[in-house]
Amino acid sequence: MSDEILICRCEEVTEQEIKDAIKNGASTVDGVKRVTRAGKGLCQGRTCRCLVENLISRETKTPVEELEYPNNRPPVRVMKVKALAELDKEDQ
Amino acid sequence: MKHNKQVAIIGAGPAGLSAALEIAKHGGKVAVFDENDKPGGQLFKQIHKFFGSSFHGAGVRGFRLGEELLSQCKEHGVEIFLNTVVFGLFPDNEVGIVQNDIAHTVTADKILIAVGASEKPLSFPGWDLPGVMGAGAAQTMININRVLPGKKYLMIGSGNVGLVVSYQILQAGGEVVGIVEAMPNINGYSVHANKLMRKGVKIYTSHTIKEARGKDQVEEAVIVEIGPDFKPIEGTEITLDVDTVCLAVGLTPALELLRMSNCQLVHVSKLGGFLPLHNDNMQTTNSDIYVAGDVTGIEEASTAMEEGRLAGISIATSLGLINEIEANKIKDEINQRIIDLRSGPHGEIRMKSKQDVFRRYEEWVSL
Repeated sequence: MSDEILICRCEEVTEQEIKDAIKNGASTVDGVKRVTRAGKGLCQGRTCRCLVENLISRETKTPVEELEYPNNRPPVRVMKVKALAELDKEDQ
Repeated sequence: MKHNKQVAIIGAGPAGLSAALEIAKHGGKVAVFDENDKPGGQLFKQIHKFFGSSFHGAGVRGFRLGEELLSQCKEHGVEIFLNTVVFGLFPDNEVGIVQNDIAHTVTADKILIAVGASEKPLSFPGWDLPGVMGAGAAQTMININRVLPGKKYLMIGSGNVGLVVSYQILQAGGEVVGIVEAMPNINGYSVHANKLMRKGVKIYTSHTIKEARGKDQVEEAVIVEIGPDFKPIEGTEITLDVDTVCLAVGLTPALELLRMSNCQLVHVSKLGGFLPLHNDNMQTTNSDIYVAGDVTGIEEASTAMEEGRLAGISIATSLGLINEIEANKIKDEINQRIIDLRSGPHGEIRMKSKQDVFRRYEEWVSL
């Protein structure tokens, strides 16, 4: 059943894929992200982060309180690369 | 082009606007950024009357409180930049913003992050089907965009968000087929629940959603009773004819900008998950960055406004706009009102959790 449930909708990563990654040693949200791409899509993990935390907590029997909050990098919102290319053009 | 601001506030919701007003009242120059085309944050979705004391606008509808706050901000010269996305925070208090597809950086002496929260998800087979959405998303569609996203709804979660949004679905002409609650008791205020039950809405306590089914969108949902161990009890499944499933299973602070400012984060389940460590001046472990509202832990709009005021006074003090004695007097008044807001069975838990956060902040700074 759990291989049918999507956890990261942006990158289409299933619950089973994440459980496998955890079984293979990924013990943080960032670790799961690197192995499966969960959280690397358009929403940057805003939706699936809590689900991945719960899976890691359950599978590794670690309280969620003890997990590490994952890394976030800019841009935190979807934006056009063009906008960045225009960054402070007036300065140059 | 470098824009230098005295104070940059990210988020024009109840917390951000309340802080902006306090700073502007004391002569500070404030710029507020918000990605939406209207300020007010969640206040503009709240068409119901607020509870609490008259100071906090009891009996007034949420969006009216938003309008009032906004006009006061304008009166005091607060600059509000709408349709302005903050895409990142960088060293030396640099705020990356995007307007009309052009990125700029703005620097500020002090930054307040009041970006609120995001809805928590719940995964089950079929949760990625069109028709499954956050209850807050449904509320935005109905109250802001005037679009009814479906006809027959199943609400997951009986907290105040689940109950209030269910009622607003009825008001907008939708049918709420049922509300499921994993706990044995209804989670939100009974005044909301009773209104729904009088309208014939069935609330299934000790139940959870097992599956949403449909070809291209939700066509039905299966709910199941759960035992004291929270495991589904086989054979108790009920199939409900619904086209929309709304998830109201809680909110969690939106921490992306705080994480990239190297603010220390802690996990407090009772306040919605990870949140920035802060003191009762609403200052984070990065001394130039302040926080207020739901991003500091999930509470409600009145508390968000009071936290905004606290942050505003703290920022104004740090900029030398108010002397300590005057500031302490104002803060005492605000804190007294916060004590009232954090009382009663729902409030006491938040009070204890907040005090725990302040204690951990002090521990962290003394390290």
